[in-house]
Amino acid sequence: MSLTATIRTQPQRPTVKRPALRRVLPGFGLTMGATLFYLALIVLLPVAALILKTADGGILRFWQVVSGPRAIAAFEVTIGAALIATAFNAVYGLLMAWVLARYRFPGRRLLDSLVDLPFALPTSVAGIALTALYAGNGWFGALLEPAGVKVVYTLAGVAMAMAFTSVPFVVRTVQPVIEELKPEIEEAAATLGASDWQAFRRVIYPAIFPAHLAGCAMAFARGMGEFGAVIFIAGNLPFKTEIAPLLIFIRLEEYDYPAASAIAVVLLAVAFTLLLTTNAIQAWRLKRVVKD
Amino acid sequence: MTALHAHDELLLKAKPSTAPRWLIGVALVLTAIFILAPLLIVFDQALAKGLKVFADNVAQAETLHAVWLTAVTALVVVPLNLLFGLAAAWAITKFEFPGKKLLLTAIDIPFSVSPIVAGVCYLLVYGNNGLFGGWLQAADIRVMFSVPAIMLVTLFVTSPFVARELIPLMQVQGRDHEEVAATLGASGWQIFRRVTLPNIKWALLYGAVLCNARAMGEFGAVSVVSGNIRGQTNTLPLQVQLLYHDYNATGAFAAATILTLLAFVTLILKAILERQTRQH
Repeated sequence: MSLTATIRTQPQRPTVKRPALRRVLPGFGLTMGATLFYLALIVLLPVAALILKTADGGILRFWQVVSGPRAIAAFEVTIGAALIATAFNAVYGLLMAWVLARYRFPGRRLLDSLVDLPFALPTSVAGIALTALYAGNGWFGALLEPAGVKVVYTLAGVAMAMAFTSVPFVVRTVQPVIEELKPEIEEAAATLGASDWQAFRRVIYPAIFPAHLAGCAMAFARGMGEFGAVIFIAGNLPFKTEIAPLLIFIRLEEYDYPAASAIAVVLLAVAFTLLLTTNAIQAWRLKRVVKD
Repeated sequence: MTALHAHDELLLKAKPSTAPRWLIGVALVLTAIFILAPLLIVFDQALAKGLKVFADNVAQAETLHAVWLTAVTALVVVPLNLLFGLAAAWAITKFEFPGKKLLLTAIDIPFSVSPIVAGVCYLLVYGNNGLFGGWLQAADIRVMFSVPAIMLVTLFVTSPFVARELIPLMQVQGRDHEEVAATLGASGWQIFRRVTLPNIKWALLYGAVLCNARAMGEFGAVSVVSGNIRGQTNTLPLQVQLLYHDYNATGAFAAATILTLLAFVTLILKAILERQTRQH
């Protein structure tokens, strides 16, 4: 995606010399062959197996499974919770990226490292930790439940777990873009009488919008696929807090492989769509940067 | 670094507003609630019944076996994905060929696929009803619900990490140095070892650290293919779940502290390596 564009923007050597130089470096056959072989064996073959095996079952069976009430409910819970989580991360992640990129204060390094914790912490650990925090007798649950806010075994809990595991995507996509923004633009806006908020809304945000959008798309994709962090806090009540990845797992335990693979194909299709969307956004962003 | 600081001071001087202070405050409070608290409660719960119970829980045979299996898995997976990352980065950044965009997208696939879906994919290749199922059964080779399946699915989940770190860096570094070395008669291996490797070693380590963290922590994909056989095919993240469902929360959190310490090590190494890459 972004890489090919980078190559094109590099200063070109005289075209006459290029074909001769291109073949100077050795190892194309070896590295390309190894890459394709490994990719085919480890990534493409298993993904193809899922699609082939589901196609084997026939479109009718596929449709029966994915349009069944429990599957539909699971998709709704998954998408709904992932949307809530992404909305939260869009704001919190942007705030974190801004604060980390723009200000120097005591504890900044620690804060910067903490942002990566959700990536470094195994999801099952995150799952039991969040459950312990928000359970009725937990640090936060003991405060929230008397106030009538229940997080554990509700959609809020599912969204909370998804938000935890996906927040670094937003921060780490937006932060470098803010770091590269030229302060002169803001200063110009301020000189022209713009308030902080106006400068942010009219000048800064448009510049970071593509990165923000890409980060949110990645966070949403991660949220939709999340399993470990969610299953502990969700309580996994069918039609209420059962996410699609868990329904796949349940169908596997029942040895109902066709049903499991049908739901998996839907998640795979959503993941591919989001991957291509994110790549398109990044390419668009890069084109804008080059133009500027 | 110094340029960055100078630029910040300029900014702060230009805008003596109070906005930063409350923004920083909000960010700190939200992070304490949202990220720090889950981290702290792991230790709080693990030590809830005292140090002795904690030590007994960690030293439990099944948990120790899970630690061992987790380490072995990472020891197999990380080097393989290092080699893959290096090969992919070399092919992609040193040569021009059609379909490069497609290849880059294909490398990214495991990042976007749900771990559970990854598990199902492998089940449909190596399971009894899978693509190779009949053939494997005839040869009496068992892949599913055993250690090889755990390693295979972990290879899938962690395959993009090293490649994803190396490709952008090697792209920026270009190929001029390597081409000069080649013109001077260096062999491919010499070029790689003497010219390329010194320039990418920190990023390579960085990718390995990230790959290792995910390999040791993977839960969803492994839980589909492991079969959860106690003391045999349970990795540490699975052991956490098993203990938790056994109503042994203290034991689960004790096992979780090992993984949390691993996360600390990862974050510290990450910080160090990031500084190294920035300096070079």
